[in-house]
Amino acid sequence: MRQFLVFVRKECYHIFRDRRTLLILFGMPVILIVLFGFAITNEIHHSPIAVLDEAQDTYSRRLTERITSNGYFDLYQNLHSVREIEPLFKKGAVRMVIVIPPDFGSDFYHQRKAAVQLLTDASDPNNATTLVNYANAIILQYQQEITGHPALPLTIHTEVRMVYNPSLKSVFLFVPGVMTLILMLVSAMMTSITITREKELGTMEILLVSPLRPLLIVAGKVVPYIVLSFIIALIILLMGFWIFSMPVKGSLLLLFMECALFGLAALSLGVLISSVANSQQTAMMMSMMGLLLPTMLLSGFIFPLESMPLPLQLLANIIPAKWFNIILKDVMLKGAGLEQVWLPTLILGGMTLFFLLLSIRNFKTRLS
Amino acid sequence: MSDYAIVTKALTKRFGHFTATDAITFEVAKGEIFGFLGANGAGKTTAMRMLCGLLTPTSGEAIIAGYNIYTQTEQVKKRIGYMSQKFSLYEDLTVKENIRFYGGIYGLNYRQIKSKTAELLQKLQLEREARQLVSSLPLGWKQKLAFSIAVIHDPSIVFLDEPTGGVDPITRRQFWDLIYEAADSGVTVFVTTHYMDEAEYCDRISIMVDGKIKALDTPGRLKAQFGADSMNEVFLQLARAKSS
Amino acid sequence: MQPIVVQNIHKRFGDVKALRNISFTVEEGELFGLIGPDGAGKSTLFRILTTLLLADEGTATVNGLHVVKDYRSIRRQVGYMPGRFSLYQDLSVEENLHFFATIFHTSVEENYELIRDIYEQIAPFKKRPAGKLSGGMKQKLALCCALVHKPAVLFLDEPTTGVDPVSRKEFWEMLQRLKQKGIPILVSTPYMDEAVLCDRVALIQKGEIMQINTPAAIIADFKKPIWAVRARNMFHLLRDLRAYEGTDSCYAFGEYLHLTLHTGIEDAKAWLTARHHEDLVIQSTTAGIEDAFIRLMQEQNETV
Repeated sequence: MRQFLVFVRKECYHIFRDRRTLLILFGMPVILIVLFGFAITNEIHHSPIAVLDEAQDTYSRRLTERITSNGYFDLYQNLHSVREIEPLFKKGAVRMVIVIPPDFGSDFYHQRKAAVQLLTDASDPNNATTLVNYANAIILQYQQEITGHPALPLTIHTEVRMVYNPSLKSVFLFVPGVMTLILMLVSAMMTSITITREKELGTMEILLVSPLRPLLIVAGKVVPYIVLSFIIALIILLMGFWIFSMPVKGSLLLLFMECALFGLAALSLGVLISSVANSQQTAMMMSMMGLLLPTMLLSGFIFPLESMPLPLQLLANIIPAKWFNIILKDVMLKGAGLEQVWLPTLILGGMTLFFLLLSIRNFKTRLS
Repeated sequence: MSDYAIVTKALTKRFGHFTATDAITFEVAKGEIFGFLGANGAGKTTAMRMLCGLLTPTSGEAIIAGYNIYTQTEQVKKRIGYMSQKFSLYEDLTVKENIRFYGGIYGLNYRQIKSKTAELLQKLQLEREARQLVSSLPLGWKQKLAFSIAVIHDPSIVFLDEPTGGVDPITRRQFWDLIYEAADSGVTVFVTTHYMDEAEYCDRISIMVDGKIKALDTPGRLKAQFGADSMNEVFLQLARAKSS
Repeated sequence: MQPIVVQNIHKRFGDVKALRNISFTVEEGELFGLIGPDGAGKSTLFRILTTLLLADEGTATVNGLHVVKDYRSIRRQVGYMPGRFSLYQDLSVEENLHFFATIFHTSVEENYELIRDIYEQIAPFKKRPAGKLSGGMKQKLALCCALVHKPAVLFLDEPTTGVDPVSRKEFWEMLQRLKQKGIPILVSTPYMDEAVLCDRVALIQKGEIMQINTPAAIIADFKKPIWAVRARNMFHLLRDLRAYEGTDSCYAFGEYLHLTLHTGIEDAKAWLTARHHEDLVIQSTTAGIEDAFIRLMQEQNETV
């Protein structure tokens, strides 16, 4: 046990004496959160739109007013003919045009069914989708208000996130995402780098030719990073809470347990990488390409999984981050308990166990 | 132009309060093999970097191949060759590619590179290995190739930083044959080494202790001066003197 | 019991034969040297003996323990200093030493007697990060770390490579003192002149041991007379002697060329005199380890 403690202490020395890495480790979550929260936001503010209101009745005018009065959209121009639309888009003056057909009011009143056409500039598809989603949400709300019940299929895309994130704050989605990313980074990448560093330095040779058991070497290297990633997860949560007043609806304890589980999965992946890589550079490339990229792209954190082609959706299933992201969102935003998230937890747990066993089995007691 | 390839006057480099080289003054004649010895940390590397134009001195003067190292660094770099044990060749390039690359960065034209390559491969008997990766060559061959590449642009001076570390005794001597040959054709050779017997191959030797040049003469006269049988003894006497 | 017994070890990496039929023993309290250039296979052999690599063929025991079966016990009993400087650069001298003491289930105080000599030389810098020590100091610290658990056998892989002559001399003096304390030591070095400081040496080249004996016996084994030759222009002298058909071998050794001949020395003298060498000196000299090594290398090259 004393050996283990000494090992952990040594590892802490490494961590604290490498100021630059430490700064990156703690600076990165802060920067990412701020970046995603404020700058690279998918939210829209005051997007210029034009309206071609061919109905010109009370309903249509109220709808227009509704859309343009909440700060998301600004009315750039009222149009009078379809021909005016294209030049506007070409000029880049507006990002969306809402076309309300002539019989909007009467259709709506008599048939309880009306159509509204939303035209967007899809040269930036992400943005276009967001715009449409926002407009849809507003229209749906409007419809509910007049009819009193939401049965009518005016909108097609009602995404889950709009239901549980009624103010449509994308930062709420990024907090779990950034947490996933950072935990992966700290746990997997840092562990793989620190183990390969010992190989590069040649100290691994001495450690192996010592009574230390390989398992102890790995544990000693990994424990400080578990603590570190925990602290970082906490920082992210606190930032979400203070800066963006993001609530954690579910149990904090459950949240931390899940973080620990995911951290462990990432750590074993890191150890696994270090058993293959012989230099810090290789370890870094492998964790970048093999872990970070899939975590970013396929966890549903930046790009919605639902809109991906089937093969990618299937591929996403073997990515631990996907399940962790689901758990985080459910626990933090929906207030889900273990009874709701047991399935992803079980899957994540199974993966963790698998990676852990694999990495222990692959850790070499010799040099080759 | 003088008859000296290297002239330094009170050349000094300080890092903060630490004086790495302390007012060293010496001349190296053209075509001379000059051994630059010293214990680890005596300031050899710093001095060598200043002479190669990689470090700006704190004070003092140095003229390399007729050029001032403060103002004419670019000309200095064109007139010198450099080889060290740690870095010289790209392991993941072939022998030929390495030659072509270094010939290219020293401004040789296509024809010159071509003829130099043929000449060099023939001299080192590496024709069969020309298309092999450098990493597949034995260490001794690499060192010889590295030296030949360091002088590919016919420099006035070649700096060798511990060129023969870890090489087998025969290859080490073959390496020195190359040095002799280069010196015979007029190239000035400035070499550091930890092998004291190699020090004896030099025309003159300087020994640095704590940033200062403590001895500078031919191996024979140095041995006589210190009443020693070998350069090793001379070196030990000088280096020991400082610690007591 | 012999501390190290190596029997017919073979090891290959892909197509490269790193070790070929290596056998030797190190006796109780012996300082045994593996002398050979880089790439001769020294480090591979060290790694096999310290249980870090598996040999393809052959067996070896360290302190009576089998290197494959009993690797755990061996790891508790040996001290190993790998070729590259292998301490934590960002940890201080003290921290490094304490760390290695603890992972070997001991403390610095417990075996201080053994390392006192060496440690006192670096003690003034004990708060300094290991990365900021000079080459010689680093080696001393590494030796302390390898010794701190009072190993039964000490493995030192090229401890003096890249170290200046003064530190090398001090290092060998330390090894002599350790030997007197009865610790068997296997040490490797590319510096031929260090061979005479060992009790026995194995000359190794291209993965093969060329000869094993005491340094004195190896030198005595060199039967051919050697002539030391010098002149003002050594390069021309060397060229002329290489061109001379009576020359067996001719290599630079310090300020002289060492020359062995097929013919008598008088013929060689006449050949050189005819070529007008100034300050020509020709005298008889005795062989060194390096002469022997070169001779053995040539024989090895001829048989391949």
